[in-house]
Amino acid sequence: MALLEINNLAIHFGGLRAVDEFDLTIEKGELYGLIGPNGAGKTTVFNLLTGVYKPNEGIIRLDGKDITGKKPIQINREGIARTFQNIRLFKQLSVLDNVKVGLHNRYGYSTAASILRLPSYFRTEKEMTEEAYELLKVFDLDKNAATTLASNLPYGAQRKLEIARALATGPKLLLLDEPAAGMNPNETQELMDTIKYIQKNFNMTILLIEHDMKLVSGICEKLTVLNFGRILAQGETKAVLADPEVIKAYLGE
Amino acid sequence: MGRIKTYFSTMDRTSRDDFITYGGLLVVFIVMQGLLSAGMLSNQMRGLLVPLCVYAIMAIALNLVVGTLGELSIGHAGFMCVGAFSSAFFSKINPDMPDLPRFIIAIIIGGVVAGIFGFLIGIPVLRLNGDYLAIVTLAFGEIIKNIINALYVGVDEKGYHFSLSSVNDMGMDPLNGNIIINGPQGVTGTPRSATFAISMVVLFISLIVILNLTHSRDGRAIMAVRDNYIAAESVGINITRYKLTAFTISAVISGFAGALYAHNLATLVATPARFGYNMSIMFLVFVVLGGIGSTRGAIVASVVLTLIPELLRPIQSYRMLIYAIVLIVIMLVNWSPKSRAFMETHSLKRFLFKKGGKEDK
Ligand SMILES: Nc1ncnc2c1ncn2[C@@H]1O[C@H](COP(=O)(O)OP(=O)(O)O)[C@@H](O)[C@H]1O
Ligand SMILES: [Mg+2]
Repeated sequence: MALLEINNLAIHFGGLRAVDEFDLTIEKGELYGLIGPNGAGKTTVFNLLTGVYKPNEGIIRLDGKDITGKKPIQINREGIARTFQNIRLFKQLSVLDNVKVGLHNRYGYSTAASILRLPSYFRTEKEMTEEAYELLKVFDLDKNAATTLASNLPYGAQRKLEIARALATGPKLLLLDEPAAGMNPNETQELMDTIKYIQKNFNMTILLIEHDMKLVSGICEKLTVLNFGRILAQGETKAVLADPEVIKAYLGE
Repeated sequence: MGRIKTYFSTMDRTSRDDFITYGGLLVVFIVMQGLLSAGMLSNQMRGLLVPLCVYAIMAIALNLVVGTLGELSIGHAGFMCVGAFSSAFFSKINPDMPDLPRFIIAIIIGGVVAGIFGFLIGIPVLRLNGDYLAIVTLAFGEIIKNIINALYVGVDEKGYHFSLSSVNDMGMDPLNGNIIINGPQGVTGTPRSATFAISMVVLFISLIVILNLTHSRDGRAIMAVRDNYIAAESVGINITRYKLTAFTISAVISGFAGALYAHNLATLVATPARFGYNMSIMFLVFVVLGGIGSTRGAIVASVVLTLIPELLRPIQSYRMLIYAIVLIVIMLVNWSPKSRAFMETHSLKRFLFKKGGKEDK
């Protein structure tokens, strides 16, 4: 059974069909790319998947379970985590605490335990800190960076921290919205390696939106191309990128 | 001493910060208590000790909402008012109880009643995103003050009697009855149980509750909601729940402060100067000048800004000038990035015009 199955998804904003007749199937462990010109509706697909928007039509299934129309919190608990195109970190929390917020629902102790500093507070906090450091290590943020405020990180590191925070929620499916935006070629290369590493070592299924063609063709196994809210092409990366329609849409941009 | 120094250097930044706050407060307490016992404080100073504690508690309680949660409350005096009257009521109807246990129970009652109000206000309002809380708390503060001003409660053999118009309307036996809350005349004869030491203990407890909460899993969630609620939702944080937690705990602590306040006065009345809008704004000034989000700053600001006008009384004509200068200096010192970030998210312009705007998610 596919991990993610989207059938005939649509959302309208007034007269604008931002996403229409959208189908997508992603198998477990796949690294899948969603591309298309600016304003094509890519971020809107993420917002539909994560419950920020409710679709006008269509069904979204995760692991066979219908999650259409659920709220963002519930969807995260079902196992979808995301990053944002315009970075949304907890700016005044430390890098470590940003990841620990991601771990929030996987560890627990009561409000009373935190106020009274009961043993469960110390035990759980220690476990959370350890796991957070393990995650930060993947992104090379575990050294001095961990205790600085998230807002003080360089841009590229902020994008990585968002991925770490999303991973901390223990998702089945990771959605990355233009993870390389604003990065230089070196940083982009490094990020590609990290994304591959996550796919392998976390057994993660990843759907990523990207503008950078090099990144997409370098790591994605399959692609869906979106144009004006509709699917222009879909399939193996090589075949899709050779599609004349796709080339036309991109050259016409 | 060396051990303490080593211990100090191994602490992380937040524990060190808390340590300084607790330590500083303890030193102040010991010094002031010493001076008090030695009879070396002026009458004026002695009279200020309990109010200073009350204001400091209010400042840290409000800071939990404004600084840590990032919501604006301009009616916190209302929670203090509720705590004051409910605790005074309890003490009045239990004249035969020993003083200290009665006072402890009264403080708890003040906190619980204020907390219930906070929770009930929070449930509908904190579901919404935006500055609705500011408007609703403002209304709450004014309404509660006016209701208490019109409230008459008495007791006789037949039980309790209430009225919202006059003493006679209560239907209480005028000879054997006992008026507890007397409309605009408020509550008189509350036992004056609030000593400096007890007030400091309550301040310490409030401080521990707030700092421990802030540096916990719940506290992180509260601050995550403040910093970016969309991202907080995306990692599964139940926004309403954590807003309610912070707001209710803040209300409970305000209720404690109200109980101390009530048991420090011979007569407790809900005049505008006491529990109205002005007082709520004063608490907000403490928080803002303390450097929004800084618990220690809130305490320092509340003490400095209460003491200065009092100490300057002898030089009447320069009083307001010096006060203004102090305000400006504190502002310059405390204009931390946190304060500025808060100003950005709560700027008047944004409030009046495009609320939030359409955000790219
Ligand atoms: N909440 C909204 N209200 C109205 N229009 C929207 C909304 N969200 C997105 N859109 C529109 O939908 C289209 C697709 O946007 P988006 O998904 O952000 O594109 P992109 O592919 O660049 O991520 C755009 O025309 C955008 O203006
Ligand atoms: Mg986009």
